[in-house]
Amino acid sequence: MIWDKKYETMPRSELADLQGQRLRAIAEKVYDRVPFYKAKFDAHGVKPSDIRSIADIAALPFTTKDEMRDVYPYGLLACPLSDIIEIHTSSGTTGKPVVDAYTRADIDLWGESMARTLSMGGAGKDDILQNAYGYGLFTGGLGAHYGAQRIGATCIPISGGNTKRQLDFLRDFGSTALTCTPSYSLYIAEAGREEGIDFEKLPLKRGFFGAEPWSDNMRAEIEEKLKIKAYDIFGLTEIIGPGVAAECECQNLLHVFEDYYYPEIINPDTGAVLPEGEKGELVFTTLTKEGTPLIRYRTRDITYITRDPCPCGRTHVKMHRLLGRTDDMLIIRGVNVFPSQVEQVLVKAEGVEPHYQLIVDRRDNMDCLEVQVEMTENLFSDELKYIEQKEKEIEHQLKESLLVHSRVKLVEPKSIARSEGKAKRIVDKRNI
Amino acid sequence: MNQVQQLSVFLENKAGRISGVSAILKENDINIRALTIAESQNYGVLRMIVNRPDKALTVLKSAGFVVKKNPVLAVEVDDREGILHDIMKLCGSAELNIEYLYSFVEQVSGKAIFFMRFEGTEAAEKVFSENGFRLLSEEEVCLI
Repeated sequence: MIWDKKYETMPRSELADLQGQRLRAIAEKVYDRVPFYKAKFDAHGVKPSDIRSIADIAALPFTTKDEMRDVYPYGLLACPLSDIIEIHTSSGTTGKPVVDAYTRADIDLWGESMARTLSMGGAGKDDILQNAYGYGLFTGGLGAHYGAQRIGATCIPISGGNTKRQLDFLRDFGSTALTCTPSYSLYIAEAGREEGIDFEKLPLKRGFFGAEPWSDNMRAEIEEKLKIKAYDIFGLTEIIGPGVAAECECQNLLHVFEDYYYPEIINPDTGAVLPEGEKGELVFTTLTKEGTPLIRYRTRDITYITRDPCPCGRTHVKMHRLLGRTDDMLIIRGVNVFPSQVEQVLVKAEGVEPHYQLIVDRRDNMDCLEVQVEMTENLFSDELKYIEQKEKEIEHQLKESLLVHSRVKLVEPKSIARSEGKAKRIVDKRNI
Repeated sequence: MNQVQQLSVFLENKAGRISGVSAILKENDINIRALTIAESQNYGVLRMIVNRPDKALTVLKSAGFVVKKNPVLAVEVDDREGILHDIMKLCGSAELNIEYLYSFVEQVSGKAIFFMRFEGTEAAEKVFSENGFRLLSEEEVCLI
């Protein structure tokens, strides 16, 4: 069902007018209240009064993640701190975390966004929603929670992990909807099969999966194993969390809630806005956020958008699931990992040359990361126990830095392929 | 000093890796006196005693292998029942910590040779000498 018929099915011309008004208002607000944006607008030679329609958005400067870090923690606040009722941050694996600070209205906005998302997959007040996204700073848990409450579903805040209990709850409480990462849903399916659970006999009907890359093949597998409909949902902490875009019942591309979060696709090299249908870097502007509004935030994710009419009746633009990155970021078990982080750890580790390769694979539906490091004379010993100890030390340091477990494998010198002198850093074997 | 130089080479645990080492030794006319491999799941350490350890070290390194030279003791004993126990008893009472050992039997002389790596090589050398064990020198090992 359509949660917010007025806005989700608004005729496109009307929607564009609304977006234009909202953009002007948010531009004025950040110019007046956020010194960071005033300086940016001034340097860019643009005034909020230059914004007369949504098309004028291209005149505004971009915001990058690095800039957000520079003004950590409160530099992007567009309201008094006393109006903020909740704060979330990114994991901060590559430096200072980026901060999303929510006013009461922002939490409502988030709940509305997730209510739309859950309604798209047919969830409503009669649903029992088992929320297996992690609760905490990670936006997945509370985002799905607020959405479930907004639609009046019965939310079970079980959080991630403890698969045995997930299975018990699915059975005992008769959960009808499941929210978690797609890979975890398959993990639950597998564990359930081993326990002899017949998912055909469970009331579970639908699942809302996101926070990591997946595919139509994986969807087919999830739907077959759990006997449910599986919907792709999308969001990012910088913008609000989950609830930025989601699949409708057509399960064909994700509607972006563009009355709240305005998407653009740009050429990552020139910054030029690309025509509909062309692949490029995804950029978002929050049109209504109060706490930490963002203007033209560069996600570094690559995809395309289309305004082709959708049979569901919603008029909102659709985006393809992410097709890649403009940088070399990997998402491993929902955690963002950059090769440069691995390099920093290796450079600091005694006796290690930063000749390494990251092998990412998915085994038993869980992402696993292997860090291959070339053996050096300093690291080598005739005694295995010293080598093993070194491996453990590096593994420990990587865990501290990446926040995700990896397995270190020492390999022979020069065995990591070098192309034009520069090693190929990533081998992603995940067949998703 | 009756210590013997042992070479250790890092090898990944996959097919054909030892032949990489043996090819280089063959090309350079280096004779292996003893050899053993310690292995973990992903890699192995090839330990060997060769007739020209310095030459072998140089050629293996220049071929890109990670190689180390470490002192071990070559303890020559009669090939008879209970000799291992005698050695272990001595190590135990002298509190010598053995990292690892490997051995072989020399058929012509009827002697057995234990290559032993200790935490402290000098201390071990002293204990064995004082207790009447014969330690082979580098030259003697090459002549076996």
